[in-house]
Amino acid sequence: MDDLIAAIRIKGMRDGLLVSLPEGEWDEQSAALLAQIDSQPTFFQGARVALEVGTQVLRVNEMVDLRDKLSERSVSLWAVISESPVTEQTAQLLGLATRVSKLRPEEQHSLDAGPVPHDMALFVNRTLRSGTRIEAQGSAVVVGDVNPGAELVAQGSVIVWGRLRGTVHAGSAGDRGAIICALELSPMRLQIAGEALEGSKIDQDEHARTASIRDGAIVLESWQPAGTGQA
Amino acid sequence: MTAQVITLSSGKGGVGKTTAVANIAVALAADGLKVVCIDGDIGLRNLDVVLGLENRIVYDVVDVIEGRCKLRQAMIRDKHLTGLYLIPAAQTRDKTAVSPSDMVRVCNELRPDHDYILIDSPAGIERGFRNAIAPADRVFVVTNPEISAVRDADRVIGILEAEEKRNPALIINRLNPALVKQNDMLSAEDVLDLLGIPLIGIVPEDQSVIIGSNHGTPVAQDPRSRAGQAFRNIARRLRGQEVPFLGMEKQSGLWDRLQKITGRRA
Repeated sequence: MDDLIAAIRIKGMRDGLLVSLPEGEWDEQSAALLAQIDSQPTFFQGARVALEVGTQVLRVNEMVDLRDKLSERSVSLWAVISESPVTEQTAQLLGLATRVSKLRPEEQHSLDAGPVPHDMALFVNRTLRSGTRIEAQGSAVVVGDVNPGAELVAQGSVIVWGRLRGTVHAGSAGDRGAIICALELSPMRLQIAGEALEGSKIDQDEHARTASIRDGAIVLESWQPAGTGQA
Repeated sequence: MTAQVITLSSGKGGVGKTTAVANIAVALAADGLKVVCIDGDIGLRNLDVVLGLENRIVYDVVDVIEGRCKLRQAMIRDKHLTGLYLIPAAQTRDKTAVSPSDMVRVCNELRPDHDYILIDSPAGIERGFRNAIAPADRVFVVTNPEISAVRDADRVIGILEAEEKRNPALIINRLNPALVKQNDMLSAEDVLDLLGIPLIGIVPEDQSVIIGSNHGTPVAQDPRSRAGQAFRNIARRLRGQEVPFLGMEKQSGLWDRLQKITGRRA
């Protein structure tokens, strides 16, 4: 236990503390973190903590439990940085940040480098409610609604098997070929690469529609089942 | 006897959480059940006023948590209903005086001797809200047929889902059928369509609710009040009885559509 406590690294950042946990079992890691905080309560009092958990896979219950225990010690957890997609998704579900700006400039480059994996998609099997923000490295598929106040940002395309009423940004890294489609497309705002379209300028239509960039602007088209189209 | 713990929450303030807690509690207690209400709004208490018990407060929930009194001593018995108790919030402290595990402990101590524990959550989604939902077996999300209230309710439902608090149910408060008819207010159907969780009550706008709150006599005790009837119906649905929604049967087929909407995601 003492070894683990000693292996916890704490750095000051512009917007709070960055705490990196050593490899190990989650129960021991979290206990070590709490022991570390309890040993220096005045140092941690009122701190904003971004927690780096490496490859640790965390579920909602575990993260909520830690957040509450930290909160009881007047420490607020605002970000969880992880290499595990499961843990990242858990953090996003709880409204925690998963990226910390200007974290380590030397590594920032490697994060952004490389082609966007367009053939990869994040699969979200639930309704995105107000206040949720999801970022996908590739494309994103939502089975459920995107409610007003929810935000979905994807470097690739976005497909919503449900009603899109929130804000969606496809091609967020600049891909103008990205598309957005939904069974009902009545968003607050759409963006594809650098082009944006406000929801108030979109006609109501209960049919499935696709949005894409044509001649420098976002254009919406009703989806026509094969064989019934005009062509 | 093991009490069920129900927290009423909303995100947005002023939608009628406190009034709903008081009225559902009164309706349950009038049916002979043993009910404790806990005011979770530390620092801004008002459930005591709505129940007409503000002059009887000696100890509050923070006194219990910090060991200055026994739980029994902080429980204020209602003036009329023998099975109804209130544990008031502290007025001179803030949310940080209570933690989620404190609330779980208090509720566990109350569970064996009561049927229902109703917790009035503060507005917002911060510490006080976390405290209020921590011990909950069920959460009732209270909203008004207004876009801003619905948006906040959606946020709260998202948090409840993320924390795996099961089956939140919806109370639509202050619905004005005349405004809905003129297309000047969201209908119950619009609200359910967006939020996609089961409905437990629709309470019509009714000025007797405010009058009752000011007199410390919740309208659930008034047999003539339509809002009072709506709250009594919520209490009956909570106990597992099937009660048709007020006024719904008049509008043809709406209830069927409501059932489709709520059932689809159940």
